[in-house]
Amino acid sequence: MKPGIWQRIGFYAIVIVIVTQAVFPFYYAILTSLEDGQALFEVNYLPKALNLTNYRAMLAEGVFGKQMLNSVFVASVVVVVSLFLAVTAAFALSRIRFRGRGLLLLTVLSVSMFPQIAVLSGLFEVIRFFGLFNSLWSLVFSYMIFTLPFTVWVLTTFMRNLPVEIEEAAIMDGASSLTIIRRVFLPLMWPAMVTTGLLAFIHAWNEFLFALTFTSTDSQRTVPVAIALVSGRSEFEIPWGNIMAASVIVTLPLVALVLIFQRRIVSGLTAGAVKG
Amino acid sequence: MATVELINVSKSFGSVEVLRDINLSLEKGKFVVFVGPSGCGKSTLLRMIAGLEDITSGELRIDGQPMNEVLPAKRGIAMVFQSYALYPHMTVFENMSFGLEQAKLSKPEIEARVQDAAKMLQIEGLLDRKPKQLSGGQRQRVAIGRAITRDPRVFLFDEPLSNLDAALRVDTRLEIAALSERLPDTTMIYVTHDQVEAMTLADRIVVLNGGIVEQVGSPMDLYESPASEFVAGFIGSPRMNFLKGGVAEAHGAATYGIRPEHIALSDERGDWSGRVVLTERLGSDTFVHVEVKGVGPVNVRVEGRADFASGETVYLSPDPASVHLFDPQGRPVVRSVTP
Amino acid sequence: MAGKTAQSRLSRNRTRSAWLFLAPMLVTLFVVAAWPLGRTVWFSFTDASLDLISQARWVGIRNYLEWVDWGDGTGQYYGLLADPRWWRSVWNTVRFAVVSVSFETLFGLVIALVLNQSFRGRGLVRAAVLIPWAIPTIVSAKMWAWMMHDQFGILNDMFMRLGLISEPVAWTASPDTAMIAILIVDIWKTTPFMALLILAGLQMVPQDIYEAAKLDGVPPTRVFRKITLPLIMPAVLVAVVFRALDALRVFDIVYVLTPNTDATRTMSVYARENLFDFDQFAYGSAASTLLFLVIALITISFILATRMDLEGNTT
Ligand SMILES: Nc1ncnc2c1ncn2[C@@H]1O[C@H](COP(=O)(O)OP(=O)(O)OP(=O)(O)O)[C@@H](O)[C@H]1O
Ligand SMILES: [Mg+2]
Repeated sequence: MKPGIWQRIGFYAIVIVIVTQAVFPFYYAILTSLEDGQALFEVNYLPKALNLTNYRAMLAEGVFGKQMLNSVFVASVVVVVSLFLAVTAAFALSRIRFRGRGLLLLTVLSVSMFPQIAVLSGLFEVIRFFGLFNSLWSLVFSYMIFTLPFTVWVLTTFMRNLPVEIEEAAIMDGASSLTIIRRVFLPLMWPAMVTTGLLAFIHAWNEFLFALTFTSTDSQRTVPVAIALVSGRSEFEIPWGNIMAASVIVTLPLVALVLIFQRRIVSGLTAGAVKG
Repeated sequence: MATVELINVSKSFGSVEVLRDINLSLEKGKFVVFVGPSGCGKSTLLRMIAGLEDITSGELRIDGQPMNEVLPAKRGIAMVFQSYALYPHMTVFENMSFGLEQAKLSKPEIEARVQDAAKMLQIEGLLDRKPKQLSGGQRQRVAIGRAITRDPRVFLFDEPLSNLDAALRVDTRLEIAALSERLPDTTMIYVTHDQVEAMTLADRIVVLNGGIVEQVGSPMDLYESPASEFVAGFIGSPRMNFLKGGVAEAHGAATYGIRPEHIALSDERGDWSGRVVLTERLGSDTFVHVEVKGVGPVNVRVEGRADFASGETVYLSPDPASVHLFDPQGRPVVRSVTP
Repeated sequence: MAGKTAQSRLSRNRTRSAWLFLAPMLVTLFVVAAWPLGRTVWFSFTDASLDLISQARWVGIRNYLEWVDWGDGTGQYYGLLADPRWWRSVWNTVRFAVVSVSFETLFGLVIALVLNQSFRGRGLVRAAVLIPWAIPTIVSAKMWAWMMHDQFGILNDMFMRLGLISEPVAWTASPDTAMIAILIVDIWKTTPFMALLILAGLQMVPQDIYEAAKLDGVPPTRVFRKITLPLIMPAVLVAVVFRALDALRVFDIVYVLTPNTDATRTMSVYARENLFDFDQFAYGSAASTLLFLVIALITISFILATRMDLEGNTT
């Protein structure tokens, strides 16, 4: 049974609608970011100007560069720390039988369901106690609440599927648990590490609530907060061109990452959720 | 002196007892094969000797020293896994040297040992490759090589041939036999459910069934004087014919056993007469399945080529000296009379 | 010696190293999750204020509910449970969660079904679909805010050209449309996630089932209803629950896209404004605690209902 011509046209119409709705807003943001002055306030569907004024304005403003660095710093450190903590934990949870393992895994998983707002006041106190308020470390620290459970969960699922015999061979070879992790499992886990690392990076890069709450000065802010807080002197002076330029700058690296690691990300997301 | 001794060893997973009161004494330098049907506990027993499974009760000794509490790497044993379990990201050389490195041997020492083992197994040319770039047979050699470098007192194999194709399996079997010749002081313990491997390789066979040891003996012991109906059926290919009813009762037993190779077939006269149901021609031998009146189906081996049509009447004469009789519990009743 | 398990040194070593390996993660999770959660709950029973957190004193359930007697025989209930603004934000949150998750499931299913077909350019389409997911929430909110701008927005322009509206709409500012604006952005941003999860479920359906159905001449719509849908239901369900939990704690979009009004304020927004903007730290903690309770209940019942196989014994 071959699909008829109308069915084919219908199908491709749906495909076109799907693609258009997905890319149009980003396309339009790029378009806007390249417009200046009066052109900004005319509705254009196709690129009309190629004006880098907005980008120059954003980058010339030193603090935006600093905020970009803040975001990069926070997200990278979060990835490194959570992977580091998660690898050993995942080894224990997937490879060693001990009482309470199921319950522990359940607890870890349930932490990833915590609404961030529920810990906000308690976390605020902890962060002030450690003197981390308005420091980037407050973000590195607080982001563990969502990156860690997720990373542990995905790496545990992945490690569980590594062949038992390889580990037993290493035990026979006299390797300690730490050596097994370092020399045998880690090299086999790069795919999973890349995936979870990437997802943790994206998550940390996009986070807003903690970043808004635990930092208070422009130079300590991450980009999402900076973009959210850009405002003009009045409703009519909001610098939309600049906002769009900043938006494009923070989004491009992510879109690039996502497109390059498409498959990895898809498998990571589904491993995190579907495997139950 | 015995190198490996198991004394009243039992093993339970949770509340399920999979091995019960195993007592074995395996002599130094011998090739011992654990054989038995799937799920009988062979691997579990081997893994307890290796130290990969806890011993629930009883004691394991190697060279007289208790081993229950000794870490696997310190027991002086090496193991070849069914799936080879090579480290996929390491080269052959690294695979073979990893254990020595853990044992903190010096670089030149490691190098020398790996080279020796590689030479012995003729894999010197493969040392820089990754396992992915090797054939099944080559991986098998590397796995064995990795075990050899550790210079173990006891060598453990868990169904090492089951992932190889038929031709390679025979070659590798011969090589393992040769290897054990070359390492006269090393005890080999080999797990398989293939009785041909057991018969050809073993100095001693341990037949396991349902978590207990059915019989221990040399291959020919087991073939000639099986201690139970189970062993009689398990050892020998094709299977021994087991006949119930009148024939058995006439000898005062519940089961009458006779191997296909111990029955003479003639088209003129014999003790039993029956009709040919099926013939299997292997070239060197022919197996004739005969439905014997009042006795049941009997499989007979004829040397060389034999042509019988289905339905043809033939006569069978079992060799009285090779008859095995068993009681209802499967224990031998009267040892078949030796000629 | 039934029941007693003799553990060898290897097992004991391994159990010990298990706890050693888990310790750093557990300590971290304790400090960032368990302890703060406990403190939040504690604050909700105190009179804590932002600057005097450490001097918080126990006040019972006053933040939740309190009867204030005016001395003349009349009185009034105070506290979170008597606050119409709170109930309004609960209603906003629930409405948001139900509508957004429903649409996301529907659209996600459509996109997943399309991506499950093999056609030329499928890889590109999948890449395109992922883009909204990759864009930070704040950025998508801003992008859409600009597109929905009442004067210069392209959305008004489009709709006017198509004759759907006769005059520009202040999408984000007007109370009538603000929630719709939020829903549009959230659905746009999150549908890809849903589509991916459902697609994963679809790809686990063995192809020969479809071939068998084709040979039997079962019409496609029936195949979908009777075969595909039941088989992917578990995957869809998991995705729906994950998304619903996410939707119930929504904050970013609401905070950035619309002015803080009764029309859109959600539980998270309500809690945060009390915590940090109104200096009602204890009161905000009470709101946080209630939100946590709601989500915890849903999570627990979900885990019990599906009896998730956490040990991984059956896989
Ligand atoms: N980790 C375990 N937990 C529970 N039961 C187990 C475990 N390992 C093995 N068993 C059970 O112990 C019994 C013996 O298993 P074992 O692997 O030793 O059999 P085997 O003789 O090697 O079989 P095969 O020839 O199939 O490899 C089986 O019934 C098996 O189900
Ligand atoms: Mg086995």
